[in-house]
Amino acid sequence: MSTRASHHQVTTGLNETRWMIIKDRLGRGWYKFRRNPISLVGGVMVLLCVFLAIFAPYVTPYPKHAGAFTDFQNAFQAPSKSHWFGTDALGGDVFTRIIFGSRISLMLTAVVLGISVPVGVFLGLISGYMGGKTETVIMRVTDVFLSLPALVMALAICAAFTPSIDKAMLAVASIWWTWHCRLVNGITRSIKTEEFVQASKVLGASPLRIIFKDILPNCASPVIVKITLDAGFVILVGAGLSFLGLGAQPPAEDLGTMISFGAKYLPERWWMTVFPSLAIFFIILGFNLLGDGLRDVLAVEEGV
Amino acid sequence: MSEPVLKVENLVKYFPVRSGLLHKIVAHVKAVDKVSFDVQKGEIFGLIGESGSGKSTVAKTIVQIYNPTSGMIYFKGQNLSKLTKQTIGRFRREVQMVFQDPKSSLNPRRSVMSILEDPLIIHGIGKSRVERKRIIHTLLGQVEMPSHYMYKYPSALSGGERQRIAIARALAVNPSFLVLDEPTSALDVSVQAKLINLFLRLKKELALSYLFITHNLSLVRTIAARAGVMYLGKIYELGTMEMLFGHPVHPYTKTLIAATPVVSKEEERVKPREMSKEGEIPSPVNPPSGCAFHPRCSIAESRCSQELPSPVKVGPGHLVWCHRAEELAVRAEELVVLE
Amino acid sequence: MEEKAILDIRDLHVWFRVYEGVSRVLDGVSLYVRGGEHVGLVGETGCGKTVAMKTAMGILRSPPALFPQGQVLLAGRDVLKAAPIELLRMKGKTISMIFQDPLSALNPVFTVGQQIIDVIRFGHRWIRDDGALTKTKVRGIAMEALTSVQLPDPERILSLYPLELSGGMRQRVLIAMALVNRPRLLIADEPGSALDVTIQAQILSLLKSLVKEAGIAVLLITHDLGVVRETVERVYIMYAGRVVEEGRTVEIFDDPKHPYTQGLLSSVPRLTGEALAEGIPGTLSDYTEAPSGCRFHPRCPQAMEKCTQQKPPMVKVSTKQHVACYLYHGGGG
Repeated sequence: MSTRASHHQVTTGLNETRWMIIKDRLGRGWYKFRRNPISLVGGVMVLLCVFLAIFAPYVTPYPKHAGAFTDFQNAFQAPSKSHWFGTDALGGDVFTRIIFGSRISLMLTAVVLGISVPVGVFLGLISGYMGGKTETVIMRVTDVFLSLPALVMALAICAAFTPSIDKAMLAVASIWWTWHCRLVNGITRSIKTEEFVQASKVLGASPLRIIFKDILPNCASPVIVKITLDAGFVILVGAGLSFLGLGAQPPAEDLGTMISFGAKYLPERWWMTVFPSLAIFFIILGFNLLGDGLRDVLAVEEGV
Repeated sequence: MSEPVLKVENLVKYFPVRSGLLHKIVAHVKAVDKVSFDVQKGEIFGLIGESGSGKSTVAKTIVQIYNPTSGMIYFKGQNLSKLTKQTIGRFRREVQMVFQDPKSSLNPRRSVMSILEDPLIIHGIGKSRVERKRIIHTLLGQVEMPSHYMYKYPSALSGGERQRIAIARALAVNPSFLVLDEPTSALDVSVQAKLINLFLRLKKELALSYLFITHNLSLVRTIAARAGVMYLGKIYELGTMEMLFGHPVHPYTKTLIAATPVVSKEEERVKPREMSKEGEIPSPVNPPSGCAFHPRCSIAESRCSQELPSPVKVGPGHLVWCHRAEELAVRAEELVVLE
Repeated sequence: MEEKAILDIRDLHVWFRVYEGVSRVLDGVSLYVRGGEHVGLVGETGCGKTVAMKTAMGILRSPPALFPQGQVLLAGRDVLKAAPIELLRMKGKTISMIFQDPLSALNPVFTVGQQIIDVIRFGHRWIRDDGALTKTKVRGIAMEALTSVQLPDPERILSLYPLELSGGMRQRVLIAMALVNRPRLLIADEPGSALDVTIQAQILSLLKSLVKEAGIAVLLITHDLGVVRETVERVYIMYAGRVVEEGRTVEIFDDPKHPYTQGLLSSVPRLTGEALAEGIPGTLSDYTEAPSGCRFHPRCPQAMEKCTQQKPPMVKVSTKQHVACYLYHGGGG
C-alpha cells in the first residue's frame, strides 16, 4: 500500500470525523440556546428586524412612501386597514417609513460597532498584555471617555459639525470603543496569568502570537455578547441624536427623527410617535434577549 | 560522572510583595532560596515537596518562565542567563514542560490541532499545512490518541486525554529534556498509571531526561533514580531512591514518608517513624530562621533556629542538610545492621 | 439493607436528561452506614459517588435529576419523598457534609465566628431545643466546637477570616461547623485531597478520633486507596454507577476479588518502589450509552459472555465481603 493512498484514506476518514465533531459542537450550542425560550424569542425578533430592514423595498406596502414623499391629501390619517400605523404629517405611510427608518438605525449601529469594536478590542489587548505605562495611558484615556455620558459626548461632537448621519455615526463610534477596550483589557489581564499562556511562552511564542492566538479567542464570547447587548444601546443613542436633530436628517429619517417630528402632534395624533417608539423598543428588546441567550451558549464549558 | 544535562547552582527566586498606593515592595516571598542539584543524561530526577516548598517555582525558573533572582542554571553546559533572543529559540527546542492542571494548561478556546500546530509554526517545523497535519498525526499516535482528536476542543476531553495532548505539545519540538510539574496529580490513580507508563515508554523511545516534580512519594519512588526533598525553598535531603527511602536521615523526610498513605503491609514495614510535632507549614514570606523545619522538628536544638545547616554526606550520593545529620545517619545504619 | 442504619441507600437509580439523551448515572447503588461506623466509599472520577452523596444530602432535586427507582433512607425517612421542610430538619441533625476544598466552602467575607454562629442558630431554629440562645451561649458552643477539632486558641480563630487561616485549619473549621449541631453521620468528600500529605494525615486522624470518642459515624469518600486503608473499617468500591465490591478494609486490600478493584490496587504506586502496572485498559463509557450487563466488561481482562448480558448481582464471598461479579457466582448463572 503506497503511503499516498493510505494517507488519502486517513484524511478522508479524518474529514468525516471532523464534520461529525463540528456538527456535534453546533448541535450542542443549539441545544443550549433553545433551552432558554426567551432567547429564542429574542433571536426571532432580531432576525425579523434584520430581514425586514434588508428587504424593505419588497415587504413594505408603500415603498414609494420612503424618503422624500408628500401627499398632503392623505396626511394625518389614523391607523386603518390601508395604513396600519396611519400616515404622518407629509402623508407617508407610517408603517413603511418605520421599516425604512429602522434600516437606517440598524445601519448606523452596524457602522458604529464595525468601527469601534475592532479599535476597542485591539487597544484592550495591547494595554492588557503590555501592562506598565502603555496600559496606564490607554486605560486612563478610556476612563475619561467612560465617565462622560455617551449621549452628551456624542452631542458635543455632533454639534461641532453640520448635523448629518455620518457625523452622528462617527461621533458615537469615537466614544464607543472605550467599552470594549475596558472589557477586553480586563479579560486579557486575567488570561495573561493562565497556565496555557505560560505554556505558550515556554514553547517560544512571541507576544503578538500569544495575544492573537491565545488571548483573543478567549475574548471572543464576551465581546460577541456585548456587541449584541450594545446594539440596543447604540440604537438608542443614535435615535436620541436624531431626536435632537443631530443625526439622520429628513427626508431620510430614522426612528428618532420620526419621533421628533411626531412629538409636535401629541396627544391627538398619537400614532406618529407611539409606533416608532414601539419599534425602537422591539429592536432593543430583541437584541437584549438574544444577547442573554448567546451568553449562555458561548460560556466555556467546564469539564463535565 | 559525566557532564550533567542540567545543573542548578544556588538558585534563588524571590517574588516581591507590594503594598500601598505606591505599590511599594514590603516583603519577599522566598520561593526558592539557594537550591542546587543536577540531572544526568537519561535520568529521572525527582523534586519532592509539599505546598510552599518552591518545587514548582524551580521548574518554572528552569524553563525561563521566571528569571532567577540569582544563581546559575546550566543546560548541556550552557549558562542559561547568557541566552540571547537568538539562542533562546534553540533552548526552547531542547527543554519543554508539562504542567500540572490539565484544565488550565490547554487553551479552552483552541482546537487540539491549533494547540499542537503552535510549536510547529513557531519553530518552522513542517513547511506546509499538510505536512504539519501529518506531524500532528504522528504526535497523537505517540501519546496513544486517535487522529481525529485533533478537531476536538479541550472541553470535550477527559483529564487524562488533556494531559496526553499537553505531552504531545511538549514533544512537538523534539526536545531532549522534559520538566514535568506534577503531571498526574490531578488525575485518577488508574489514569495516572497509564500516563506514567507512557512517560517511561517515551523516555526510552526518545532518549529523554526528566525533572519530575511531585508531592507523591510513592510515585517518585517508583520512577525516579535520584531525588531531592524540598521544604520552604531549600533542599534538605538529596540522594538515590535506595538511600532516601531505605535510609532517610532528615526528620522532614522521615515525616513525609511516614505520613504517606500506603496500600499494603510490605509498605507499612518500610515506613520510618515520623519526627515532627503537630503543626502547620509556615509561609514562604516569613520562613523560620536557621533550619526552616525547626519549629516542627521533634529533635530540634537551639542551633537549629540560629544557623542554616550545611550539607553533610552520609552515603554515596546522599546529602543531608541537618545539624544532627551525623548522629541520625549513624542511628539509621545501626538499624540496617540490626536487620 | 440494614436496621439501625443512619444512612441506607437501597437500589438507587439516578438519571439526568442531557443533550445526548438520558444519562443513567446511578444504576442500582446500595450502601449503608450504621451509628459509630467509619465507612469508606472509593471510586474514581465519574463513578457517581458525588451524585450518590448529593442525593443523600437532599441537594439533588428533580429536575434535572430523575429518580426512577430506589430509596435513600436517612434515619428511616426517605429523602426522595420527604417534604422540603423535613429535609431542612434532617440536614445538620442527622447528616452533615464537608467538602474537598475548604477555601471555596467557606465564605471569604465573613469571619469564622460569624459562619459558625450562623450554623448554630440554624440548628437552634430547626433542630435543637436548647432553650433560649443567648450570645454568650452561642459563643460558648462555637468555642467548644473549635476545641473539639483540636484547634489551638479558638478565641482568636473566631475573629479571623478564612483567608487568614492555613488549609489545614480551614478544614478543621469546616469539620467543626459540620459537627456543631451534633449530626449522627458526617459525610467527608475527599477531605484531604486539597491539602498537603502531612496535613492530610492530621485531618484523617482527627476524623478517626471523632468517630472513636464522639461516636459519630463517618462516611469517607475518596479516590485515594491509601487513605481508605489507613482510616476506615468497611469499604465500598464504586464503578460506573454501581457498587462492585464491598467488605472489611483488611479483606478487600489483602484479597481484592473484583477485577476492577484488582486493577485499581495494581495501579497504585508503591513506597517499596515496584514497577507500576499498566493501569486499567479502556476508559469509562458515557452514561448515555452505558455497556449492557456488567458495566465494567469492556475493560475487564476476565470478561465472559455472561457479563455482557445481565447485570451481575452482589454475591457473598466471605462473611463480610460481597462482589458483583460473575466470576464468583458459583453454580447457575
